[in-house]
Amino acid sequence: METLKKKQGEQKESKSLRITGAEALIHCLLAEGVDLIYGYPGGAIMPVYDELYKFQDRLQHVLTRHEQGATHAAQGYARVTGKVGVAVATSGPGATNLVTGLADAQIDSTPMVCLTGQVPRHLLGSDAFQETDIIGISTPVTKWNYQITKAAEIPEIMAKAFYIAKSGRPGPVLIDVTKNAQFEEMDFTYQPCTRIRSYNAEPKPDLSAIEAAAEIINNAKKPYIVFGHGVILGEAEDELKKLVEKAGIPAAWTILGLSALPTDHPLNVGMVGMHGNYGPNVLTNECDVLIAIGMRFDDRVTGNLDTYAKQAKIIHFEIDPAEVNKNVKVDIAVLGNSKKTLGLLLPLIRKNSHEAWKKEFDKKYEEEFQAVIENDLHPTKPGLTMGEVVEEINLASKNKAVIVTDVGQHQMIACRYAKFDQTKSNITSGGLGTMGFALPAAIGAKMGAMDREVVAIVGDGGYQMTIQELATIYQNQTPVKIVVLNNDHLGMVRQWQELFFESRYASTVMTNPDFVKIAEGYYIKASRVTERKDLREKVEEMMASKEPYFLEVRVEKEDNVFPMIPSGASVSDIRLK
Amino acid sequence: MEKKWFTISVYSENNVGLLNRISGIFLKRHINIESLNVSKSEIKEVSKFTIVVFTTEDWTRKIVAQIEKQIEVIKAYYHTDEETIYQESALFKIESHLLFDEPQIQNIIAASKSKIVTVNRQFFVLAKTGRRHEIDDMHDKLEPFGILQFVRSGRITVTKAEMPITALLNKMYHD
Repeated sequence: METLKKKQGEQKESKSLRITGAEALIHCLLAEGVDLIYGYPGGAIMPVYDELYKFQDRLQHVLTRHEQGATHAAQGYARVTGKVGVAVATSGPGATNLVTGLADAQIDSTPMVCLTGQVPRHLLGSDAFQETDIIGISTPVTKWNYQITKAAEIPEIMAKAFYIAKSGRPGPVLIDVTKNAQFEEMDFTYQPCTRIRSYNAEPKPDLSAIEAAAEIINNAKKPYIVFGHGVILGEAEDELKKLVEKAGIPAAWTILGLSALPTDHPLNVGMVGMHGNYGPNVLTNECDVLIAIGMRFDDRVTGNLDTYAKQAKIIHFEIDPAEVNKNVKVDIAVLGNSKKTLGLLLPLIRKNSHEAWKKEFDKKYEEEFQAVIENDLHPTKPGLTMGEVVEEINLASKNKAVIVTDVGQHQMIACRYAKFDQTKSNITSGGLGTMGFALPAAIGAKMGAMDREVVAIVGDGGYQMTIQELATIYQNQTPVKIVVLNNDHLGMVRQWQELFFESRYASTVMTNPDFVKIAEGYYIKASRVTERKDLREKVEEMMASKEPYFLEVRVEKEDNVFPMIPSGASVSDIRLK
Repeated sequence: MEKKWFTISVYSENNVGLLNRISGIFLKRHINIESLNVSKSEIKEVSKFTIVVFTTEDWTRKIVAQIEKQIEVIKAYYHTDEETIYQESALFKIESHLLFDEPQIQNIIAASKSKIVTVNRQFFVLAKTGRRHEIDDMHDKLEPFGILQFVRSGRITVTKAEMPITALLNKMYHD
């Protein structure tokens, strides 16, 4: 940073710097405070890589083994740091390989800037080698995208890209740069973007809406908070905690809200949604006021909308006006950044407690504990459960680890049972449900939080979708801990087949390779647990390791995740078995 | 909810990719764009999209919210037909001999208040501006005689109520 500041100071004196577009792109990244990017080189982005080579002392580039891996690593980094993640790829297939990561970042509001190379301007539209219309392809899965065809556009567009990616409701931005624009020379000066006249990043809080919300909350008999990713993105964890404590309101979380409030907090009642906790789902239909904070009433959260919280007054704290009344009609919408709106709400809230109402959650938890949790965490059957593995990780990490999950049964189990006392600690693909997310996202998460333990919990299916990133881990000696919960099935799909398709296991049985040997092939320390008696020791050994460590745990093949709201059913109809 | 005609007016920066972004919003909800017109607006360097849909108000409101969310969109509105003054234009190309062989055509031209834009030995071209049903009506009347070519423009609309874009831009700029 020092050298950068110096260089920018020099720039100010000399007004501008005569450099190539490729070098300008690097200066833009440095000016935005980027010191780590992920990517994969190729023809149309080579001038940028040539500059990366020259700037490697100030800007670390991590070579992933697939461009999708680069996007997920950038996402993992962004989610754990709150900063913008950056991924770079070449044109054509390099660019199309970014699409899954872009879509994932879009639906999970993750700030990310992707840079792609493009064929030279004079070849655009000619079906040149590795030409693809990545602007057209990425439009529905980006918050914004732009094709740069002249070097002179670079500083302004890059400044806009970072501003758009991180401001308001964050999201992914793709900037496509033709090769001629990378080669051309230009006069470089950099001005960060702070406003775009057609873009209102965050609505200003409306005090009358906040006052109306406070009045309803103060008079509520059975108020209930459901919070989501917006609390973490808005860095409103303190305000949320104060609200919960001051008003004595039971609070549940969506999958992306997890870790915004410590899991052991007495008023944290658990997870809502399809595989969420029993009380938080059932009692959604018994509360009198539902306070939704930074969440978007996803169908996996609400189940059937016709029977969702119909009895309750609903207050929605939300930054994105398009989310208000999209799925659920609300009584009061409080638009704005959650830190600001909750901050304004707090002084208007009367100190209160709702003991009897909270007891209803405790009662429901007891029922769920007897029916599900006890068997998940302390099973008496011989086969290992996913839940007991997660519990061992909790114990070994003292609830301090960043847990990165993939998609499926292991994800639901991890989110149900993982314990967190710190925010930005649960990294998972929520909205898109991207199998293959966890391994590369864990690389990014670890690089963004080197002082913390990062544990990727992955299923045997998703693991094999981005398994090539083991090479990235080896090359960079990134000390992530990888736990594959191997049930030799695509477990969640198999569960649905068992419950709803009369156990016709169409293409969900997996004949797997020797995962330990594969990890060892990448020179990563690896172990396997097949029996309960070895679990604790192996998990402890993994957590104590200073190097990357792979642990395969052979779990019961046909376990199901409960509770469960069958697709399209009401939150009240959640099944315990 | 009842389906109705709605006119969506979008004020935006003049951006190459924006049409694609906006049409994608309709595409993913399977809502047909009945008519689309893009032109300059009353404000310098601000474009205006006029989009007509036949759907419920709820969907229209949600679509407008999604449109407004796009970075280059300054503001989007929706209005019912009653709230707007709107017109479409159409051109009819017809064989010239019909003007003499079918006297009824001259009556149709007079009654429709359309204009003959050009006439030559082979064909003449009629221009008609008005409501869609008026154009449809004229089309139906001329069709039996044979229409060589027909084209109708997208709807263009101004609203009875104010659309305070300049004030909005000033506010965004000074905030």
